Amino acid sequence: MFTRLLTSALFAGAVAGLIAALLQLFFVQPVLLHAELYEGGELVHFGAASSVSAHPELGGIDPVRDGLSVIFTMLVYSGYGMMLVALMALAQSRGARIDARSGLVWGMAGFIAVHLAPGFSLAPEVPGVAAADIHARQAWWFVTAIAAAVALWLIAFGGNWAAWGAAVVLLLAPHVIGAPEPDVFTGPVPTEIGALFAARAYGVGLAAWVMLGGLAGYFWSRESVAAGRAQTA
Amino acid sequence: MNTQNATASNAIATGIGALTFVALIGLGIVFVTGHLQAATLHDAAHDVRHATGFPCH
Repeated sequence: MFTRLLTSALFAGAVAGLIAALLQLFFVQPVLLHAELYEGGELVHFGAASSVSAHPELGGIDPVRDGLSVIFTMLVYSGYGMMLVALMALAQSRGARIDARSGLVWGMAGFIAVHLAPGFSLAPEVPGVAAADIHARQAWWFVTAIAAAVALWLIAFGGNWAAWGAAVVLLLAPHVIGAPEPDVFTGPVPTEIGALFAARAYGVGLAAWVMLGGLAGYFWSRESVAAGRAQTA
Repeated sequence: MNTQNATASNAIATGIGALTFVALIGLGIVFVTGHLQAATLHDAAHDVRHATGFPCH
């Protein structure tokens, strides 16, 4: 059981993480590097009077920096894969059907839990934005992601109005209470870059999570069939 | 009969134990790569943390 869970999760996590890393390097990294020029003060804009080019030279691939990003993205998605496959196996033991197709929905749910739900009040941050204390934001992030995951489970498997009502409360409460916010705005980065960064972070996150869910469902259903054969043989 | 029941519940207990263990390792990996504020780790994972929407800095 343990080995089957781990193999499914690691295969799915490594592949989804690699795809996520490549998408990030191509679509998110240039926006991030552009923002860092403003964060570091190399570029400064003055609103309507700005004459700074929106297309500066950003530099190409940095092997060490980008290599680390690939490794860490694969690690993050392997970690997510382990939690996802564990929950899939739990749902399967209670009668849910797990395969590549249903895995796609699991992936979307994962994206909602760890990207969209926390990001609804704590949007993906481009470097250089003003933000509240890091530990407060991390605590809020974890509570919100876990609450959203529990809520989605209740929506999918609760099966009665009490569970669905609790799910709505869990989804709304962190945002009604509010995320930690900075006292003043000090961000030097143009809003155009910040908005594009958040949109790209969401897009890549969704693509990666759909891959992760589909692959996790595929590998887990294959492992389950193999284990079933071994038991009946 | 009792032995069968005991075997079945042992299998379920092993299953739940394995599930919990794998999920906790996964959570640990996400915490260390995405959230731990040690300077070296933060610098190495900096771009990923931003791109993945984790709180950074």
